[in-house]
Order: sequence, then C-alpha cells, then structure tokens
Amino acid sequence: MRRRCLSLLAREAELKIAVIDESAARAEVIAEGLREAGLDDIHLCTERHGLVAVLNELAPDVVLMNLENPGRDMLEESFAISRAVSRPIAMFVDQSDERAIAEAVDAGISAYVVDGLKKERIRSVLQLAVRRFQAFSRLQDELTEAKSALAERKLIDRAKALLMKRRKIDEPSAYALLRKQAMDSGRRIADVADALITADTLLGGGQ
Amino acid sequence: MTQFRIGFLPLVDAALPIIAHEMGLAQQQGVGITLVRDPSWATVRDRLIYGQTDAAHMLAPLAIATSLGLDRPAVPMVAPFMLGLNGNGITITPAIAAQIADETGVTEAGLAFAAIARQRRDAGKKLRLAVVHRFSSHNYMLRYWLAASGCNPDRDVEIVTVPPPFVTESLLAGEIDGSCVGEPWNSVAVERGAGVIITTTSQIWSRGVEKLLAFRQSLVEERREEVEALLRALHEAGKLIEQPDRIADIASLLARSEYVDQPEELIARALSNRLVRRRDEAPQKMNDYLVVHREAANFPWRSQAMWLYSQMIRWGHAPLDEAGFAAAAQVFRPDIYRAAMVGTDAVIPAASTKVEGAIEHPIGAGSVTGRLILGPDRFFDGMIFDPDEPLEYLRRTGM
Repeated sequence: MRRRCLSLLAREAELKIAVIDESAARAEVIAEGLREAGLDDIHLCTERHGLVAVLNELAPDVVLMNLENPGRDMLEESFAISRAVSRPIAMFVDQSDERAIAEAVDAGISAYVVDGLKKERIRSVLQLAVRRFQAFSRLQDELTEAKSALAERKLIDRAKALLMKRRKIDEPSAYALLRKQAMDSGRRIADVADALITADTLLGGGQ
Repeated sequence: MTQFRIGFLPLVDAALPIIAHEMGLAQQQGVGITLVRDPSWATVRDRLIYGQTDAAHMLAPLAIATSLGLDRPAVPMVAPFMLGLNGNGITITPAIAAQIADETGVTEAGLAFAAIARQRRDAGKKLRLAVVHRFSSHNYMLRYWLAASGCNPDRDVEIVTVPPPFVTESLLAGEIDGSCVGEPWNSVAVERGAGVIITTTSQIWSRGVEKLLAFRQSLVEERREEVEALLRALHEAGKLIEQPDRIADIASLLARSEYVDQPEELIARALSNRLVRRRDEAPQKMNDYLVVHREAANFPWRSQAMWLYSQMIRWGHAPLDEAGFAAAAQVFRPDIYRAAMVGTDAVIPAASTKVEGAIEHPIGAGSVTGRLILGPDRFFDGMIFDPDEPLEYLRRTGM
C-alpha cells in the first residue's frame, strides 16, 4: 500500500504530457504554457503518420489533442486496446469531470489520461491547456486582422495614387475625396478604393 | 425559427440533413439547420455530448455504445430517424484482388479472401484491415463476413481504425491491405488505383443498419415538437433523393467543399447504386447498395439495434446480458418517428421490431398509414435474427 502511494507521487512529480496538434505553432504555445507552470516532461507530436506507435513508445500520462485532429478515432481505438492490455488510458471522464471536459471541448481540446492520476492535478493541467489554446486562437484572430488591415492600407494607397495622377491633386486631397465618397455611399474607404481600382483596371487605366 | 446544429462526417449518407438545409425543406418546417463538419467520429460524438451540436449524423453502434456507457460514462442518446441502410464497400488492394477470381459473388469472394488471410497469418504477415470505428456497422459487417467465410477476425487478421478520408492514402502507403468504408471513399480509392471493391455490405446483409440521427435524450425531452419538425424535413429530403432526375443536383450539392468535398461524379455512383469496382471498368448496377429512404428505411426498427448489440457481444465489445439488449433497443425510438410523421405521406410501420434477414422476395407488411413493401432482407449466409430470441441467435453463431 505504502509503496503504491510512493509510486503514484513519483509519477505525479514528473507528469509526462504529449501534445498532439497538426499545427506546430499551436502545439508549441501550449507546451510553453505547461513548461512555465513547471511541467518539464512535454512532448510535441505534429505528424499524423505513425502517431499510435509514437505514443506507445512514449507512454505519456496525459495526452492533449486538438478536437479537430483527424487522428482521434485511431488514437481512441489504440487506447481501447491498451485498456484491455496493461495501461489503462481514457478520455478524462468521470461524472465529476464533466464540467472541465465540457470547457475543454468548447475550447477545442480533447484530453486523455492514464488511470490513477489525481484528478485535481489533471484538472489544473487541462485548465492551463484551455487557456493557452484560447490565447492561441486570439493571437490568430489578431494576426488575420492585422493582415487584412495591411492589405486595406495598400489598397487605399493605390487608389490615392490613381486619383493623384488622374485628377492632378495632392495626397491629402485624394484621401479626402475617397473619404467623402465612402461617407456619401455608406461604404468603407477600403471598399471604395477597391471599387475604384477595379473600375480603373476594367476601363484600361494606366495604359 | 428554431435552430439545430447538426454534426456530420464527409460521407454520402450525410445527405438528408444537407438536402433539408440547402433545398429549403427545413425552412418549410420552421427549422433552421447549421451543419458542423468534423474529421473524426470521436469529435462528432463529443460535440453532441457536450452541447456544441444538437444532433448528429452518427454510426448506429456508436450511438448505442455512448448511451450504454461502453467506452466512457453513459450519456443517454435517442435515435428517432435512420439516415440510410448500407452504402459501405469492402475495398482491398489491387495486388490482393488479383488473387481472387473475377465475377465472384460475396460468398466466393469471402472464401477466397479468407484463404489468403490464413496464408498471410501462417507466413507471420497478417492482413491489416481498416474500419472507421470500433463501434461501427463497418466493423461488425466486415467481421460477420470474415467469420462466416472461415476467417477469425481477431486472430487471422488485424483490424485497425482509419478515418474515411485517409483510407486511400493508407492503401497506397501499404499501411492497410483493405478497408470497409462508406462512400465516396471506396470510389476515391478505385479512381486512384489504390483499391478494388471486392464486395459491399449490401451483399453481406441486404438491409444492413447504418447511420442514424442521434440526439441527447435531454434535448428531445425539452424540444420534442421542434425535433419532430426536423424529422419531417428529413422525410421530405428523403423523397427528393429517391427521384432519379434529382441525383445530379444532389451529387453536385454534396460535392461542395463544405460538405463531402469530392468529385460530383464519384458521389453520384452511390446515389445511383452504380459502382465502378475496379479502375477503368464500366460501372456495375449494385441493387440496393445504399437505401436512403424507400421501404421505410428511415424507420428505427428496435430489432436493428438489437442485432448490433448481438454483434457487440459476439466480438467482446459489450457484456452478454438480456438487459443490454433491452437497453440498446431503447435507444431507437420508433414512437417519436411515428408521432412526427402523423399527417404526412410517410409509410408508418405498425410493428417496432421485425425478424432481421427473413425476407426473400418483397412482401407487404403491416402499417399504420401508407402501403409498406419491404424489399429482400437477407444475410448472405442465410442466418436469421429473431429479436424475441437474441441469446439463441448468439448460440447459433457459436458463442
């Protein structure tokens, strides 16, 4: 009995965690968060091929996987087989975990845990992963926004240049013209600029 | 308008909710549909369990397993509507297919394949066959065919899980020797020269139970009338799919990138029951390959759930007890189907169970409304499943 407790403690101290994600960037963001929390034994798997073999070799205590990973059915099957053999591993579920699991699913994560680990410990790992996952999504949204803002900036610059050349006006006047047109027609400046460039191309402008 | 988010995998038999949504049939019933595509059954199941979706296109055995808590804590599921019968093929690599004589039927192909499997086992190189999930009709039909052909599916071959969209590349990479998968993924494998369709599940059991629309029981209790409206929309979609002149439209709809995302021509094969079994060959008429709607195919017969449970017991996926049969049967809800279809032109069977595999020629059957004709319903080995005697059936399979 005493020996069993000791081995459980030892296992808890060095929790081995596998992070499986086809997005290497996201896997790294999650791993970094776990490391910051003092978990050092983190392994990233971003390749779908041979995943089951890699995990069998690795024998992690916790597997974190993005919900949209197509490898989930294969992995669950290998866990079902391992349950029958020696190393019970299951989705992080028992009735008391339902809320934590629901939050993870909402965030886009599935988690699998070896039997016998302390629930509280797992829950904190999972919450950490959820926060990092969400942070990554926000980061990506911001990046998309930044990219489209940049694209719009370029459109507006091209439209301004077009107006300056055609109407022989300076830059502030060209911008004022675009803005007035946008306000009058209830559209965004970038949309007006886009329409102007499209029209100019169609009409053979610049030839 | 009431809203349903419906999870699905990119497969031809996800057709009914897609048609109901895209062709305005859901709207006519006052129902809005949002379709949520996923690459794995585990994720379709988890989104349904945790409320990210309200309903899901699901493998019938997976809905039963989830309801009974066979691989995770139980979440009661309700299946009031089937999305089709059969529609799966068994596709093997061209190299192995070349060892099996052409033009053979399901029995001969089974015997020849079993012989190859035993040779490979003896040589220490077991054939590796893929199914889409442990709890899938694919797994149970493949095992049924192998076992009846003299090949022990647990000892003579290795059965692994591969998601449908990856079957072709797994065949090409030599990771698997064959697969039981739904359409269009057999046809994709054929077109890429990765496989030959050696037989189909419709040849193993001509009226095999396949996908269903699953709900959480709690949702059905809270939104019963809305659920019934959704089922009526799916019934209307079923009528469209049975019209030969609509197949081209439906195939091009399903082909879209947000749905199955595969060529229209390949999708049309299952819809028209004409399969190209080997690359560059002419299409062959495969009667009843996929039965989506006719013959009350959408009616959830409780005996179908019980047959699946018998297979779960047979292969060690579920405990052998009579209570399990009853619990599996309870997942299927013919009562909800009947209530939903009152006042429509749906053919509504009077009984909730039938003897599975017992119809040689089309026969009339008792119905509450409409004229019900049941088509041939045979297991290829002539076995019959009587839902009143499930344990006796298991004894006959050698349990």
